[in-house]
Amino acid sequence: MTPLSAPLEVGFDYTRSLGPVLGRFMTGLRDRQIEGVRGSDGRVHAPPVEYDPGTAQPLTEFVAVADEGTVESWSWMPAPLEGQPLAHPFAWALVRLDGADTAMLHAVDAGSPDRMRTGMRVRARWAPEPVGSIRDIACFEPLDGPAPPRPEPHGGEPVTMVTTPVHLHYEHSASEEESRYLRGLAEGRLLGQRCPECGKVYIPPRGACPTDGVPTSEEVELPDRGVVTTFCIVNVPFLGQRIQPPYVAAYVLLDGADIAFLHLVLGCAADEVRMGMRVEAVWKPREEWATTVANIDHFRPTGEPDAPFESFAEHL
Amino acid sequence: MNTDIAVVGFAQAPQVHRTSATTNGVEMLVPVFQELFAATGLTRRDVGFWCSGSSDYLAGRAFSFVSAVDAIGAFPPIIESHVESDGAWALYEAWVKIRTGEVDTALVYGFGKSSAGELRRVLALQLDPYTVAPLWPDSVSIAALQARVGLDRGLWSEKEMAEVAARSRADAAANPYAQLSGAVDVAALLEEPYLADPLRTHDCAPVTDGAAAVVLAAGDRARELCNRPAWITGLEHRVDSPVLGTRDLSRSPSAAAAAAAAGIDGVTVAELHAPFTSQELLLRRELGLSDAVRINPSGGPLCGNPMFAAGLTRIGEAAARVMDGTAERVLAHATVGPALQQNLVCVMEGRS
Repeated sequence: MTPLSAPLEVGFDYTRSLGPVLGRFMTGLRDRQIEGVRGSDGRVHAPPVEYDPGTAQPLTEFVAVADEGTVESWSWMPAPLEGQPLAHPFAWALVRLDGADTAMLHAVDAGSPDRMRTGMRVRARWAPEPVGSIRDIACFEPLDGPAPPRPEPHGGEPVTMVTTPVHLHYEHSASEEESRYLRGLAEGRLLGQRCPECGKVYIPPRGACPTDGVPTSEEVELPDRGVVTTFCIVNVPFLGQRIQPPYVAAYVLLDGADIAFLHLVLGCAADEVRMGMRVEAVWKPREEWATTVANIDHFRPTGEPDAPFESFAEHL
Repeated sequence: MNTDIAVVGFAQAPQVHRTSATTNGVEMLVPVFQELFAATGLTRRDVGFWCSGSSDYLAGRAFSFVSAVDAIGAFPPIIESHVESDGAWALYEAWVKIRTGEVDTALVYGFGKSSAGELRRVLALQLDPYTVAPLWPDSVSIAALQARVGLDRGLWSEKEMAEVAARSRADAAANPYAQLSGAVDVAALLEEPYLADPLRTHDCAPVTDGAAAVVLAAGDRARELCNRPAWITGLEHRVDSPVLGTRDLSRSPSAAAAAAAAGIDGVTVAELHAPFTSQELLLRRELGLSDAVRINPSGGPLCGNPMFAAGLTRIGEAAARVMDGTAERVLAHATVGPALQQNLVCVMEGRS
């Protein structure tokens, strides 16, 4: 059977402090000026570098450069990817700005690759709402058109931070073993697997026994009851929390399993939960079941006598 | 201290466009390890040091390399390390570890499920996070900028680039692990539309899922494990500036420096980790490889480029030519970063 897979979205707004060199560069961009920095060999780097690439000396002499320059190399992007400067086909280019000795990587809005050539002249097109980011330059454009009205300088406090949103999209696959386990859950069954070498029963089953490095194979159906091996009382609220603290997150060792898994223990006061407590699964209504361990809403005490410590000491 | 260190085993997973396996590599690695144990007679408990190369960005999850350790069977506890880089750099770490004399064997592995995300976008995150990455320049576009520099200067031509692709595909026909192989016509390739002008699809390595592993051993241990070890005579890596606009993209000074330090005279086979045809042409110039040197007899990364394993695969493929007696002295090259920014050269030879 095909392993299960699902989209996985990963996103984070990276917030970075800039320091004196990049801070000044970004402040300049916000004010619609491009500043480079003079290197140890006299060359002007634009964008500026904090340390000389040859001598590693800290660089401090800023030099204003033009917002026009010359294309040193280019490539054509016929189908722009998410996040790139333009949504319609454009050129990537290394642009050496007038007054600089190094090139800046950016987009050129040329309309067609036929308008692109090495050595062509381009100028920056400024973003309407500058914030102090490399994207304050919306893109470059060929210099053969009429000059657009130059936007007013923006001004304000020095820029010290830059925020870069990053969003990546993945298709996350479960292993074959995990897929059997997840499909079992959709039928209200708890399916583990036994390692052929050490005989241990893992739930969820693993692609390889972490002790022996061999795939687990023999399927073992486990009951929905077991013992709390260890637990913590959650008192701290956090983003996305589904239950009002305090509540108990516990490792539950199902009867017949050799590895505990994390779940909630509800149905009694948090301070009554203890190591060795016998618990059983409380399933959600059958019509809500899917390929997820969330089909078990939580575990609750069974009222049976506690398991002796020795019976789970190996599984802590 | 161990001074004589050799590659004594190499195995790889099939290079495929999309595996149904997880991003933690376990399903690809378990059979690769089994193959190496069978070939060398080692058991997992005999391995002195384990070192891996992979990327959480590629996997889309934190600490994916820790999950991969399941494939080893890490009990009793093992000595293990990881680099967020190609497995070739993990091999470098393992080589240093053996040189210290602390261990006399190491198993090095690299793995990547490139198909899980959008590889071209994921690789944008290795760029300068202040002035470059916020524009999301993709890996193919950056390679295209580099290719254009060489084309403009007459250092290579689109026809020569297509010839690299055609030679690679033809050689890959003998490599059962290769993702792409077969006869292709250079003139027909040049009729294809651009993927990222001046690069066409055949100029770019495919998106590949895969894994590879290499066993290193020192001195007499190497001779016990392998009839004809591939002795490492030079292993060096160097890096160029991350600032693309300060570099002459038609050159790779770090590759030349690594090769000079490693000592590459006399090699007859070179496995070059050039994921773009123009980069192979650049590297051949930079390393000064004559036409007599056989380039990428495996088909190379243009026929299968499992991220974070492809550089290690070059070392394994080159070593395999020594171990099977078809070559005396070989070179393997690995790269990471944009436009051949960081380069590693490993030179190996057989001894009678």
